[in-house]
Amino acid sequence: MSAHTTAAGHDDGHVHHHYTTTGLDNRKIAIWAFIGSECMLFASLIATYLIYKGRSIVGPFPHTEYVNEAGQIFKPILDIPVTSASTFVLLMSSLFMVLALQAVQIKHLPLPDGAGWWTRAQRSSQLWLFMTASFGAIFLMFQAYEFTAFVHEGLTVKTNLFGSTFFTLTGFHGAHVTAGVLWLTSLLWIDRTRGLGPQDELIVDIAALYWHFVDVIWIVIFTLVYLIQ
Amino acid sequence: MTGDPSVAHDTKHAHAHPSGATYLKVAAILTIITVVEVWAYYIPALVASPLFNPSLIILSAAKFLIVVLFYMHLKYDHKLFKVLFTGPLIIAGATIVALLFLFHQLKISF
Repeated sequence: MSAHTTAAGHDDGHVHHHYTTTGLDNRKIAIWAFIGSECMLFASLIATYLIYKGRSIVGPFPHTEYVNEAGQIFKPILDIPVTSASTFVLLMSSLFMVLALQAVQIKHLPLPDGAGWWTRAQRSSQLWLFMTASFGAIFLMFQAYEFTAFVHEGLTVKTNLFGSTFFTLTGFHGAHVTAGVLWLTSLLWIDRTRGLGPQDELIVDIAALYWHFVDVIWIVIFTLVYLIQ
Repeated sequence: MTGDPSVAHDTKHAHAHPSGATYLKVAAILTIITVVEVWAYYIPALVASPLFNPSLIILSAAKFLIVVLFYMHLKYDHKLFKVLFTGPLIIAGATIVALLFLFHQLKISF
């Protein structure tokens, strides 16, 4: 949402503005401050991962093969194709999120004559919220699959430094995605029961900012943990 | 897709946010960058190159920036939000770099 729209209050007769001396809505200031603090939380987790990168004494290792004293061979544990697919899923969920916000902003406008399916779809916040939450849930399924596969291959949080830092970092991110999916599901429920309109733009915008933040953190994790060797 | 005048008008008037077509282009760019990153991962000659890691970091930073500017609308929003985000982000980045030096994961030769 534009800060000016919120501050000026010249939109659709909103009654729930929470202005500050800056002229900005305090809820939007709060979510940006929260996101800023989350940056520092993930920075500490990423720094810890990088500090211990390559310092594990026993395998499995992320990118190289490991043979233990018993002659047991452990392949490189990271599954790049699977993680690439889950990364694509999360990127698409961000696209669906901005389309959901746009739908809330424009759904009250009359449809032009001969409007096509895309024009109609652009006004369906329920569709895009459902798609965003669904893709978030699919991402979590990918992560559950990955974690399960790692445990079956002998990597747990206690196996080595890589396991400890990897599960902590990606687990924290997964917890954030889970919170986001629940948040989006609640918005979808509100949309289905009373309908979300332009007056609800800010609450959708705040959820969208959180969701995109979760996405950008994954962009960093995907490169630093999975691709850089 | 973009021929709906009401969409363009509303977006421009009330929020100055990008259109649906811009969002789709951004998604396409993000996908292409991701495909390039993964493709490079499977080319041993590229992985062995000293430019591999810096290139991946630059591509990742580009994706990060694109999402923040266009999807999070920071390009279009109030300056205070930019400060609230970039301030902690700079501190976070500096903290990572400082810790990596402290624990000898980054080294400078004089």
